Amino acid sequence: MEEIKDVVLKYVIEEYLEDDSEEITYDTPLISGGIVDSFSMVSLKRFLEVKYKIQIPDDEATPEAFDNVNRIVSLVKKFTEK
Amino acid sequence: MAYSEKTRQQYVNTLEELINAGLFKRERFIHSTQAADIEVEFPVGNDLKKVINMCANNYLGLSSHPDVVAAAHEGLNTRGYGMSSVRFICGTQDIHKELERKVTEFLGTEDTILFPSCMDANAGVFEAILTKDDVMISDRLVHASIIDGIRLAPAIHDTFKHSDMEHLENKLQLHSDKRLKVVITDGVFSMDGDTAKLDEMVALCEKYDAMLFVDDSHSSGFIGKTGRGTHEHCGVMGKIDIITTTFGKALGGASGGCVSGRKEIVEMCRQKARPYLFSNTIAPVVVSGVLKVLDTLTKSTERRDKLEKNTEFWRKGLTEAGFVLKEGNTPIVPVMFFNAKLSQDFSQDLFNLGIYAVGFFFPVVPNGQARIRTQISAGHEMHHLEKALDAFIKVGKKYDILGKTKQEIIQMYGS
Repeated sequence: MEEIKDVVLKYVIEEYLEDDSEEITYDTPLISGGIVDSFSMVSLKRFLEVKYKIQIPDDEATPEAFDNVNRIVSLVKKFTEK
Repeated sequence: MAYSEKTRQQYVNTLEELINAGLFKRERFIHSTQAADIEVEFPVGNDLKKVINMCANNYLGLSSHPDVVAAAHEGLNTRGYGMSSVRFICGTQDIHKELERKVTEFLGTEDTILFPSCMDANAGVFEAILTKDDVMISDRLVHASIIDGIRLAPAIHDTFKHSDMEHLENKLQLHSDKRLKVVITDGVFSMDGDTAKLDEMVALCEKYDAMLFVDDSHSSGFIGKTGRGTHEHCGVMGKIDIITTTFGKALGGASGGCVSGRKEIVEMCRQKARPYLFSNTIAPVVVSGVLKVLDTLTKSTERRDKLEKNTEFWRKGLTEAGFVLKEGNTPIVPVMFFNAKLSQDFSQDLFNLGIYAVGFFFPVVPNGQARIRTQISAGHEMHHLEKALDAFIKVGKKYDILGKTKQEIIQMYGS
């Protein structure tokens, strides 16, 4: 099964990077780095919820928690392991 | 009074930051009516300069048309200057209802509600018709006023890549469990001048049970064979659930806007849209002018036909001269410079030659996409366009960008 971090990274690249030459890693700051705006964070949250059949409460879906792929993976795991 | 020196300094600093970043906007004062030929004071305090206006939204040249001005005078005489009330207290006249009927007929919809501006229509409509159980899926290049409306609505928001139908379909699938879905787009995109694929969007919306919202502000009056808008151009009249548009561009250019579409949606706006509920509607004088505009456009397509010919001439002329243009077939013809300073210098040189066309750069357009957005009008005569084309070519030669590709221009001037 495809690892969560690869699924998230692939989604972020396909969804938010307009320029193919840009490269991001698991640690690249997404929100504080201006790649994903707080508006688009909602769609990322929605994607994760549908993909992993979880519910991420709004108070957990903070810009800090979504700021890089590793943190997003931690968040997803927190709710899939419940 | 609590406007202390400390508070003042905060704003002074912020404004200085804008100036230093090159983001400070300055108005140019026009001392004439809005038309192809205008008299401009720029910079402030300078003598007036006669220039050809190549950047107004006056697509049909009706902003100062004698018939429209006369109708506005008549409205002023018979219905007065202001209403001093919102619509549902005592701010609705017979002519407001007449205009709503006429717009409904013109756009081929079920019903229409007027708003003080299209900015207000866009700001009010989503909050009025959606709840937290719903989703809004918007094109990534929609107008700022739509973004504001989306921010005010309780529904969740997602986006699709500009005019990318496959991406839109993915998003419709992702949100298929939502109570109501609304897909949101501009009809003609104001900065690029391209047209939404409304026929494909209608098909997708029918497949996934989603409503379709179109802001046709840069289309109403001239896009489509009889100028009804992008939905006419794409062959989907009667299939757009929500159209917003403005009377501040082609349709007389004064002010005002509307939501037009399914009658229940219009009624929801009448009951719940805050800019409608808490603000006066369009002034009688403007309503009278717009009624005359719609009357004129319904009787004849002469003006939109002339606009089409003018646009064709302009786009062909610039292309043959070797400029890089954004592709499209609307009267919005963006000439690409990529570098912000080059776009500003070019604009200034054009102004010196009597051509008024403003340069746009980040954050109005994406970084490295600086341009001069030219806008063609039925008010332009061939001599206006020929003079403007000569000026563009002259300045283009000065900067040696004629016949150069995007990469070559970026190599010369940076992005």
